Amino acid sequence: MTTTLPPVKAFSTRSRLARLIPSSRYTSVLVTLVLLVAMFAVGASRYRGFASGQVVMNLFIDNAFLIVLAVGMTFVILTGGIDLSVGAVVALSTMITATLLRDGWNPLAVIVVVLLATSTLGLLVGLVIHYFDIQPFIATLAAMFLARGLCYVISLDSISITDPFFVGLAQTRIPLADRLSITPTVIIAVAVVVIAFIVLHFTRTGRTVYAIGDGGASAHLMGLPVVRTKVLVYVISGFCSGVAGILFSLYTLSGYSLTAVGMELEAIAAVVIGGTLLTGGYGFVLGSLLGVLVLGSIQTIISFDGTLSSWWTKIVIGGLLLLFIILQRILTARRH
Amino acid sequence: MSGAQVGGRQGLASRALHSRLFWPIVTLLALFALNVIVSPSFLAIRVHDGHLFGSLIDILRNGAPTLLVALGMTVVIATRGIDLSVGAVVAIAGALACTIIADSPDPGSVATVVTAVAVALGFSLLLGAWNGLLVAALGIQPIIATLILMTAGRGIAMLITEGQIITVSSPAYKVIGGGYWLGLPASIIIAGGMFIVAALLTRRTALGLLIESVGINPAASRLAGVRSRSITWTVYVFSGLCAGVAGLMISSNVTAADANNAGLWIEMDAILAVVIGGTSLMGGRYSLTGTLVGAFIIQTLTTTVYTVGIAPEITLVFKALVVIAVCLLQSPAMRERMRRRARATTPATAKAVAS
Repeated sequence: MTTTLPPVKAFSTRSRLARLIPSSRYTSVLVTLVLLVAMFAVGASRYRGFASGQVVMNLFIDNAFLIVLAVGMTFVILTGGIDLSVGAVVALSTMITATLLRDGWNPLAVIVVVLLATSTLGLLVGLVIHYFDIQPFIATLAAMFLARGLCYVISLDSISITDPFFVGLAQTRIPLADRLSITPTVIIAVAVVVIAFIVLHFTRTGRTVYAIGDGGASAHLMGLPVVRTKVLVYVISGFCSGVAGILFSLYTLSGYSLTAVGMELEAIAAVVIGGTLLTGGYGFVLGSLLGVLVLGSIQTIISFDGTLSSWWTKIVIGGLLLLFIILQRILTARRH
Repeated sequence: MSGAQVGGRQGLASRALHSRLFWPIVTLLALFALNVIVSPSFLAIRVHDGHLFGSLIDILRNGAPTLLVALGMTVVIATRGIDLSVGAVVAIAGALACTIIADSPDPGSVATVVTAVAVALGFSLLLGAWNGLLVAALGIQPIIATLILMTAGRGIAMLITEGQIITVSSPAYKVIGGGYWLGLPASIIIAGGMFIVAALLTRRTALGLLIESVGINPAASRLAGVRSRSITWTVYVFSGLCAGVAGLMISSNVTAADANNAGLWIEMDAILAVVIGGTSLMGGRYSLTGTLVGAFIIQTLTTTVYTVGIAPEITLVFKALVVIAVCLLQSPAMRERMRRRARATTPATAKAVAS
C-alpha cells in the first residue's frame, strides 16, 4: 500500500488535494481497523475466553466464503458497478457441487465445472451490461433471479455432501501454534485476497479498474481497455462467487437452494464498511477484508453475550453502514 | 398516454411501435393469450355471493401490494433515486399492526384496527422520511441510503415481533387484504384509489413536471426555483407510505406478520415492474400507467406459471427469462437498432409488422 498513487489519477484535482492530506487515502480503512480493535477490546473485557487466538481464527474460518465474495464485490464496486447476484450464485454453486458429487463425479472436476459455470454467468452479465447498456443493478438482479431459479430446477431439497475428498477437506485442521488451528478454506480465502491485492495495485488491469471508477470517459480517452475491464470485473465477481460457493459447501457440507439469501447485502456492507466508495474509483481490497472481520466480530460478540437476540446483528450492521457512509461523505466532501 | 390512443393518421403503427408502452402491453397480451389457450375460462369473471371471482380478479388482487410498492418506486426512480428499503418497510408495517392488534384486549374491534393501521402507517411515513433525510438533506446516494434500512429493517421488524410469527384473528383487519367492498376485493380498491390519487396529483398538477425536472438535473431545477430537496424528500415519504399500505395488505391477507418473509424481494418485483413499464432508471421520465402494466405483467407471469402447469421449481427461471427478454428489448441499444431498422422500412411494412 506504500506504492504511489495510480498514475491515471495523478492529473485530477481530487488526487492533488489528496496528496496534501496524504493520510486521507487510508482514513476510512484506518477507522475500520480501529473499530475492529475496539470491538475486540470490548469483547475481551466483557466476555471470558473472548481474547483468545482461536476466536480470531474462527472469524476467518466462519467467514472465509464472505471474504472471497467481498473481494469479488470490491472489483465490481471499484468500477462503479454493483453485483446483486452473488448470493444466488453462491447457492447455485453449492447446488452444482452437491449434485455432481452425489452423482459420483471427481471432486476436482466438480470444482472446475462450478468455477467455469459461475465465470460464464459473470461473463454473460458483463456482456449484457456493456452491449445492451443496461444498468448493472438491473442486469445482476435478473442474473440473481436466474441463478436462484436454476437452483430450484436442480433440486428443491437440501443435498448433503458425502464425498470423502470434500468431507476430508472440511474436517482438516491445520495447526498454527499451540491450540491454534485453521481450515484449508482460510488459506484459499487469504490467497484470493493476496492475488486481488496484487492485481489491483501492481497490474495494468488493476489501474484500469480504478480509472474506470474515476470516470469511464477519461479512462477511454487514455486508451485503457475500458470495455474489456468492465466486462472482466463481472467475470471476476462470478469466479469469486463460485469459489465462495465451494467454500460455503465445504462449510455446511450440503447444497441448498435457499441458502445464502441476502448474502449479497452482507458482501456489499463489508465492502462499504471497508472504506470503498460505492461510486467507484476509491477503495482497497484489504479494507473489504477488515469489513468482513467487523461483520464477523458483531456475530461473535452477540453469540458470546447470549442475552442479545440474533436480529440485533442486522440492526447493528445497518447502524455501522450508516456510520461509514456518513464518514465517507465527510471524507469525499473534504477532498473535493 | 400511449401512442396507440392517437387515431387515424399514417405512421400510427410506427408511433405505437415506438411508444414506451408498446412492448409491455404486447407482453401482457401475449401472457393473456397464452393463458386463454391453456385454460379457456381464464378471462371469465363470475359473481358469487355478490363478489366477483375469476383469474383476472385474482391477478388484480394478488398484484395489489406489488402495484402499490411499484407506485411509490416510480416517483422515487423519476427523481433519479431508488428505494431498496420497501421490503423491510412492508415487514415492519405488518409486524407493527399485527403486534398492536394481537396485544389489544379486543382484537376484533374496529377501533383497535384503526389504531393499529394508523400507527403502522405513521411509522412507515417516518421510515420514508428517514430515507428522505439521508438522500435529500445529507446528499447520500439513494441506493446506499436505502440499503441501510433494507439491512436494518428486517432486524427492526423482528425486534417488534420478538422473532415470532404473530397471528391475528381480527375480521376487521382481514378486510384490508382479503375482504370485499362493493363486490370487489378491498385491496384492489385501495391500490386503485392510491394509483388514481397519485396519477391526478402528479399529472393534473405541476408536481409531475417538477419531479421530472429534479430527475433530469437537480442542480438546474434548484436554480430554476424548484424546491428540489422538498420534492426528493416527499417522494421517499410517499414510497414509505405505499410500502406501509402494502405491508398491511400482505399481513392482513395471511392474518399473520412474518418479519423474515413478508415482502421478501418485493423491492425487486417493484423495480422490475417500474423498469418494464418504461420508466428510465436514469430518472426524469416516468409513466405511472407503464408501472401499472408492469406490475400486472409480473403478477400475470406468476399466475401463468400455475395455469400453464409449469413446475413450480422452474417458476423463477421462467420469470427471469421473461424479465431479461423485456429488459433487453427495452434497452437503449436495442431501441436504437429498432429505430434504425424502422427508418429503413416503409410505413406500410411497419404497419404489417405491428398488426
